[in-house]
Amino acid sequence: MSTDSPPASSSPAPIQLSRQKARYGERVIVGFLIFCAVVSVLTTVGIVVALVGPTIEFFREVPITDFFSADEWAPFFADASFGVFPIVVGTLNVTFWAILIGLPLGLGAAIFLSEYASPGTRKVLKPTLEVLEGIPTVAYGFFALTFVTPLIRDNWPGFLGDPPGIFSAGAAGIVLGVMIVPTVASISEDAMSAVPRSLREGAYALGSTKRTVALRVVVPAALSGIVASFVLGVSRAIGETIVVLIAAGNTPNLTFNPLESIQTMTAFIATTATGDIGVGTLEFKTVFAVGALLFVITLAMNALSIWLVRRFREEYE
Amino acid sequence: MPDPDRQDRETRSRMRTSARQAITAAGADTESLALGRRSKSEAWKSVAFLALMLFCVLVALALLVTLIIDAFIDGSSRLNADLLTQFPSGVPENAGLQSAIFGSLWVIGMMIITVVPLAVGAAIYLEEYADRSKWYNRIVELNIQNLAAVPSIVFGILGLGLIVRGPLDLGFVAYAGSLTLALLVLPTVILASREAIRSVPSSLSDGSMALGATKWQTIWHHVLPNAIPGIATGTILAVSRAIGETAPLLLVGATVFVTFNPEGPFSEGYTTLPVQIFNWVSRPQDEFRTLAAAGIIVLLFILLLMNSFAIWIRNRYARQT
Repeated sequence: MSTDSPPASSSPAPIQLSRQKARYGERVIVGFLIFCAVVSVLTTVGIVVALVGPTIEFFREVPITDFFSADEWAPFFADASFGVFPIVVGTLNVTFWAILIGLPLGLGAAIFLSEYASPGTRKVLKPTLEVLEGIPTVAYGFFALTFVTPLIRDNWPGFLGDPPGIFSAGAAGIVLGVMIVPTVASISEDAMSAVPRSLREGAYALGSTKRTVALRVVVPAALSGIVASFVLGVSRAIGETIVVLIAAGNTPNLTFNPLESIQTMTAFIATTATGDIGVGTLEFKTVFAVGALLFVITLAMNALSIWLVRRFREEYE
Repeated sequence: MPDPDRQDRETRSRMRTSARQAITAAGADTESLALGRRSKSEAWKSVAFLALMLFCVLVALALLVTLIIDAFIDGSSRLNADLLTQFPSGVPENAGLQSAIFGSLWVIGMMIITVVPLAVGAAIYLEEYADRSKWYNRIVELNIQNLAAVPSIVFGILGLGLIVRGPLDLGFVAYAGSLTLALLVLPTVILASREAIRSVPSSLSDGSMALGATKWQTIWHHVLPNAIPGIATGTILAVSRAIGETAPLLLVGATVFVTFNPEGPFSEGYTTLPVQIFNWVSRPQDEFRTLAAAGIIVLLFILLLMNSFAIWIRNRYARQT
């Protein structure tokens, strides 16, 4: 009971519209909801905390200049060398081929879905894309190893020299490209569908063809969403582990040659951190140092994405 | 800090101009043409362009269909009951998926129990309570966006450093895997739940509030029940991703040679479907490749079921509103 309002029996005149008693249960609930929202922040904090400690310890043992300048990655040899570039270049190598395949295919598919497909076709294709987005990476890895690589090796034109080996950066890259097509297509298509009809009709009224409308009106208007889908697709390719682990071999190799076997940052982490590696050993710390580098790269990609989206954002009322 | 309002106005005027430019450019392209029939070269370009776009869709779909057919051709010979009932073995003829299936059930089941309340709670807070103009709420939103793009293997490192070892120190148990995957899918489920909550018409909650219900009563009795189909769809899609997730589990102890089913979430030693398949793919013998293909078919079948269920829910409830 609040003390400032008179008891109802003595003066019935003022009607109490506000609540009669404090509902403490509701405050507890709001507290729980805030806790839930904070968990996601704690996850980021947790990632940073988990990475920073062992990474600092790693750099106490291995000079940071070695990490960024030596050109050989052989952390567990007797004569150890900690140059991270071979595995960074390995990641870039695979990602480059994935971009070359995945982004044009994804964008093309999105334009078709948004501008050309009939409503019925779209109704079938859009959920299909969503289902395909969920195919597990181990299936893509199997596909790369048992289908794409043999296909390339069997049909290799002789004038290009020796065919690639069983493990190659190119085969892994191609399959990663296929893997990101549904992601790129589905997000780009969302952005293009959100472009108001009036813009398209304005262009049609001026006598534009469908192609001109798609390329000169819809794509520029949806650019921020398209760029976001590209960055997300590239992030997925950089962070993908299993496909490269299965199809690209696992040998650190400072090369951009798609025919050679390489190791990526993610593959290194996954190979080294499986099994019982002891806390505090150099192996353990190396995994965290490489993980920290990977995390920083993805953060930078994300910041780039947010900046690009702001830069190209088009809003129509 | 620049004034956000002004920035916003600037962006708006910029985008209006650019939209106008886009239309003008589109018009300029065809300016020389009469209103009647278009020139032959233009017609050709249009057809070529359509063919190119269609090609993109077909190539992407064909490759993905090939992926599935390839797995079927390679794995059909081992697609039988033995595959589901046998335990992993060094002899390919005796090897099966039983411990992996039970491991996946434990890991994913506990993950769902962990992630759904957290994600729905966060979504309710962000949609119904959070004041968007406050910096800390913007940080939460930015953070969720950021987490969604972090590679899964980094979550594995988080799990190894803080959940398996370190402060939580659970050891290599199934629940360590559940918790790691829960944090991994958390942003996706939050985003889906927010969208579902946002799409509940405000007239419903306004009516409830007008009748004197408190904020929480309104959310509990009116907003949430109407958002459940959307939340369920988003959750099932996120869970189906988690079932196929391999990389982070390699780091948090889904060891590959487990010949027993986990007794509970906290008993040591477990493996999951994708991890077992990954192990088989990595072996050089052809017999294990066949097993891997058969395992992939099982995995794809489970995913297809879950996805169809999610899409069915969405279509069923989409029609009612």
